Order: sequence, then structure tokens, then C-alpha cells
Amino acid sequence: MDAILLQILNGLDKGGAYALIALGLTLIFGTLGVVNFAHGALFMLGAFCAVSLRELLTLSMKVKDESITFFDAYKEVPYLEVWFGETGTMIIDLAVPLSILFAIPIMLLIGLAMERGLIQHFYKRTHAEQILVTFGLAIVLQEIVKAYFGANPIPQPAPEAVAGSANIGALFGLGDSVVYPWWRLVYLAFSGVVIAAVFAFLQFTTFGMVVRAGMQDRETVGLLGINIQRRFTIVFGIAAVVAGLAGVMYTPILPPDYHIGMDFLVLSFVVVVVGGMGSLGGAVAAGFLLGILQSFASMNEVKSILPGIDQIIIYLVAVVILLVRPRGLMGRKGVMEG
Amino acid sequence: MAKFDTGVSRRNLLKGGLALSGALAAPTFFTRHAFGADFLNNPGNAASIKLGFNVPQTGAYADEGADELRAFQLAVKHLNGEGDGGMLNTFSSKALKGNGVLGKKVEYVTGDTQTKSDAARASAKRMIEKDGALMISGGSSSGVAIAVQGLCQDAGIIFMAGLTHSNDTTGKDRRRNGFRHFFNAYQSGAALAPVLKANYGTDRVAYHLTADYTWGWTQEESIKNATEAVGWKTAAAVKTPLGAGDFSQYITPVLNSGADVLVLNHYGKDMVNSLTQAVQFGLRDKKVNGKDFAIVVPLYSRLMAQGAGANVKGIFGSTNWHWSLKDEGSQAFVKSFGAEYGFPPSQAAHTCYVQTLLYADACERAGTFAPCEVVKALEGFEFDGLGNGPTLYRAEDHQCFKKVLVVKGNENPTSQFDLLEVVQEVPREQVTYDPNIPQFAGDLGPCNNGA
Repeated sequence: MDAILLQILNGLDKGGAYALIALGLTLIFGTLGVVNFAHGALFMLGAFCAVSLRELLTLSMKVKDESITFFDAYKEVPYLEVWFGETGTMIIDLAVPLSILFAIPIMLLIGLAMERGLIQHFYKRTHAEQILVTFGLAIVLQEIVKAYFGANPIPQPAPEAVAGSANIGALFGLGDSVVYPWWRLVYLAFSGVVIAAVFAFLQFTTFGMVVRAGMQDRETVGLLGINIQRRFTIVFGIAAVVAGLAGVMYTPILPPDYHIGMDFLVLSFVVVVVGGMGSLGGAVAAGFLLGILQSFASMNEVKSILPGIDQIIIYLVAVVILLVRPRGLMGRKGVMEG
Repeated sequence: MAKFDTGVSRRNLLKGGLALSGALAAPTFFTRHAFGADFLNNPGNAASIKLGFNVPQTGAYADEGADELRAFQLAVKHLNGEGDGGMLNTFSSKALKGNGVLGKKVEYVTGDTQTKSDAARASAKRMIEKDGALMISGGSSSGVAIAVQGLCQDAGIIFMAGLTHSNDTTGKDRRRNGFRHFFNAYQSGAALAPVLKANYGTDRVAYHLTADYTWGWTQEESIKNATEAVGWKTAAAVKTPLGAGDFSQYITPVLNSGADVLVLNHYGKDMVNSLTQAVQFGLRDKKVNGKDFAIVVPLYSRLMAQGAGANVKGIFGSTNWHWSLKDEGSQAFVKSFGAEYGFPPSQAAHTCYVQTLLYADACERAGTFAPCEVVKALEGFEFDGLGNGPTLYRAEDHQCFKKVLVVKGNENPTSQFDLLEVVQEVPREQVTYDPNIPQFAGDLGPCNNGA
């Protein structure tokens, strides 16, 4: 029971990341009709917003390390600590949550620039061409990050207050054996809040209503005198922010490198396809579902029966679902067909 | 009019001619080194020689790779008579004079192994064929080291392995042209088991998480054998992909496995990630079977300790060398490295520096760069003053035998580098084994001069 609860949590955690990326992918596909292979790169750029902010906050001066006597050793002391003492240390400790505020405007700008500068020229082109150009863009973005930050993962510690683990077992009366890291719980809650916020935005605001109408019938909405294109551009920006925030929050779980987005992109596409192209709810549900399945597949009991199943389970499920339900779990008729 | 049709057109004639000239030229490609050279990349009368340093500059072991490269550069400096000479001053062999090797200035080329065997082989091949490297060194992944060692053997070049800890490097995959100064997984087990017994007792259940390649497999086997010999049981041994990043799905099953010790057969960034995540999952605060849960990292390095921060406190492991050693050789090296880079060297840096010196010294003593003569000079070579006490390069398997250090994450560090505390310097006799025990049985084969 304990093991199952822990694997469910692990799965929800991974699923949270998949769902956030898949949600953005589906939003862009549903509104603009673009298959965006650069979406993983947006996740990566978000993660590097966190890296950049930490680098800014920890700009340091070199101070001689007196404890080393037989050669000149230097310690790097951040200016923030020199100037503000404990308060400075606290600000650095909060680098990841602060990066959320830092990443929102940056990711929005990147998203808008990407859509206006490149993607809009490919609306009327085939999906194959869209895939090629966005994939190319992803590689360019990766290489820029690699050139500047290097190829190696850069660890981003979670704030001290949530660095340990929570005793979940006690909550459910399962004893002390079920503990789970606080930050992973924070990530899970965060992904839930962001997903809810996106749905609420689309469901309960006039802007969202127009966007949904545009997704149903773009032409009619245009005939009503609404500049639907401008709204779709903003939706692209929002999708970029969602992917970016998913990246920021994931950094304490997995130290980011330039390739982190690509690792998630492939899985997220499988998530979108399983969920059903163009279905927002499907993307979210499939994200969590596949995350949990992947977690269970990596249990020793399962692997002892089917060795290596943890590496292929997602693709296996995708094949089965596409054979049984070619439109995916919640796919609508007419999307990506004909 | 008679019609002449020989069936040979001008175009066919040209094609045939080209093929013929290609065929005639081909043998010279294979034998070009045979003229005036009795071994591959013979420098002849050139004023300098080139060494090839093949290290991971990207991937899970990139931190170790960067430090290895620093050490190589320092070794080259010292060989050429620049700087303070480092361990050249303490080395028991006095053949090197600080004027290069055999009077030739030492230069070097570098390559990025990317912690991948195919990329490592490609960059070693480039350094041998294009740059004319006489010796290849480097490592940090045993999979890579074994692949490059095989390539050097086939090409006829000496391979001085850098950091590689798998038993196979000088076991079943040993080669006549390859040499390893670094210790191995079997020696880690032999050194570590008595210390683990003394600290954790004999009634323990271990759970292994193992990097899924040659090094991980041999380390898991060695530590398992050594700990089971002192009475421990093994609950499970689970393989994890190299560079997995997120180990949560492998760590959660540990919590309810009944194990009270987690053995992390991981290295580099993998170890930093898995240890950090194990601590995040509360393993260090856990009590199982009435005992405090323990984590063991059989192969430790200061760089990893630095990456994992406070998580390493109190955790046992073994290491080839540590900068805090007080012998003359270690002190000279740390001083020299520290003055150059502002921080002490890692064990990866130490072994690479020593290997470069040992190669240069062997050439000097052999009086030639010819690989087979260098092999003879290194086989059975006894030396001292390079940081690990009296050391033997055993002729039977090209493995160095010397002291092994058992270390523990320092509970009360006195400086930013004081992360590991040396618990015991395990004597050479305790970590010496028969070269043909089942885990190691292999064949060096013949030496290859490459010409």
C-alpha cells in the first residue's frame, strides 16, 4: 500500500510536468493549428530563467580563504550577502520561487516574438513544414543556451524551508514509512493551480470565451468583427508562459541543461496524441495517466516480470490507444483528419 | 567499312585507370609508417611530441573531466621544466629532467569523450591519425576507457587510463598497450567492507542502485561480495540508466524494501543527483529494523562531495587519493595545482597527472617512444613519491597496487574543500589479489607497435 501511494505521487509529479507542456502544445495547436516542436525549448528557456536569476543574485566577489594556508585559495561571496547579510542569504535561498515572477514577462515576450517573428508565416503551410521550422528553431535555441551556459546540468536547490520531506504516511494513518519531498509536493500543487488557472481563464473570461469560439469556428468569429488573430497570438504567449513556469519549477527536481526540453517534448507529444489532438482536458488527463503508468512500470515487482518495461510503457500505451481509439482518449472528430 | 567495337569506351578506360591508380596507391596508405619508422607516430627528428588527452567535457562526468584536463596541462608544464616541478621533485625515479621527454618538448591535443564510447573512440582516432599523438590518456567512464583502450591496442599506441574503476579495465578487457594507475571496484570492496562492519555491524540488509554499464556492474558485484562476506544480506540490486537525472522512481521502492543500507553505485553527477534525492526522500532520517538507515557511496570524490553539499556528511566511501594526505608527493602536487588553479586537485586529476609522469618516465628509461619498449619499462615498475606510497605496476595485468583510502563525508568541515575525512589508509597487501581470480581473468595479449 505504501509503495503504491508513493508511486502514485511520483507519477502525479511527472504527470504534472507532462500535463503542463502538453496543455501548452494543445492550446497552440487548437488555436493556431500549428504543431509546435519548439515547445520543449520553451520549457528549457523557463528553466534557464531560473538559472539566470540565480546567477544574477549570486554575483560574487572573491575573498581570500584564510583556512587554506599552503596556496592562495579564494571563496566566492555573493554581493547580496556582503551588502545585506542574512537578508541577502534569504533572497538567494528563494531564487527559484522568485524566478516565477522573473520568468512570466520574459516567457511572454519570447512567446509573442516567436509567434510574430516566425510562426505566423507558417500558418498556411503544411504540418510537415511547421514541424521542420519549429524543430529547427528548437535546435537554434538549444545551441544558444549551450553556448552561453555550457552543456552541463546546473543544480538549482529548492528553498531551505521546503528542502526536506513531508511525512505523508502520518496523514493517512500509514505510519512513518511514507515520506515525500516537499518540493515535489509543491510542484504537484503548482501544476494543479496553473492548469486550473488556464481552464478558468478560458472558461470564465470574455477573452477566453472568444478564444474558445475561435477554436470552434474561426471564420464566423472573424466575421463578427473580432480580431481573432491577435487573441491567438496572446494565447501563444500564454502557452509559452505555462511551459516556462513548468520549467522554472522543475529545476530543483532535475538540474537543467540545454537538452532538458527535448527530453520532455517527445513524451509530451505522445501525451497530446494519447489525450486527443486539440483536446485540452485530454492533454491534462493523459499527462497524469502516463506519468502514473510510467511510475508503476518502474516498480521492481513489475520489472521482474517485464524487464525494461519502464522505458517503453508510454509508447506501448500510445500504440494501443491509437489502435483502439485513433482520435485519442478525448479527441474530437475532424481534428488532424482528412 | 569495318566497324571496330572493342567494348572499351573512353569513359570506361578512364574509370579503369582511376581504379588501378587507387589500387596501386592503397598499400602505401597501410604501410606508410613502415618507411624509416618502426612504430606508429614515431616523432623521428621532430623537436616535439604530442600526447592526446581524451576527457569528458560534457555529460554525467564532465566535472571530473575538467579537473583531469587541468592536471594534464600541469603535468605537461612540469615535464617541460615550467612551474615548480610538482611531483617530479618527489618521484622516486629521477630519469625525467624537466627538459621534455627524451629531449623533445611535450605538446598536447584534447578531445571530448562526451562520456560516450563512440564519441571517445572517434576523438582518440582523430588524435592518433590527424594529430600524431604518441599516447592517449583520459577517462572518467570505464565503458569509455575500455573502448579507447581497445582502440589504442589495435592502433599500436600506449593508453594510460585516467579515472576508470571497473574491474574489467585490467580484468577481462586488459590489454598489453593499456595501463591503469587508478584503483578498482574489487579494491574498494576489500578496503571498505571491514570499515562498514566496524561501524554498522554484521546484521545489515543492503539495497543497491547501480549505474547500468561495466563500471556499475563490477562495483555492485564487488561490494556485494565483500559485504556479504562480513554477514550483510542484499535485498535488491537495481540498475539505473547512466545520466538518469531523476532517480525518484528508483528511490521510492527502497523505502519499503526492508533494507537498512542504500549502496549507491553511481559516480559524478549521477551520484550527486541520486544522493541528493535519497536525502530528500528522508532516507537519512529513517530507522529500519531498529537501526539508523545508512547510505554508502563506494567510489567517492571531492568533486562529488562538493556537488552534493551537506548531504555527504557521515557517508562512507573509498577513494584513490585525497588532497589532505600529508606525504611529500601529495603535498607537492596540491601546492602546485592549488597555486595554478586556486583549489586543490580531485582524485581524477591526481591519477591523470601521475599517469602522464609515469608514461614520460618510462619513455625516458626505455630510451625510446616505441610502445613495446615503453610497455617493458612500465611492467613490474616499483615507484614511490607520487602520493600513494610505494606502488607496483603489476606486469600480469597492468594494474597499480598501492594504498586505498576509506573516507567519510566530513561532519565538521574546516574549509570549503575539507569535505572528506580520511578514515583509514588501507595497506597495499589488503587490496592485492591474484590477477586470475574469476572477476579478473583476462589476457593481455601481445604488444602492438602499430607499424
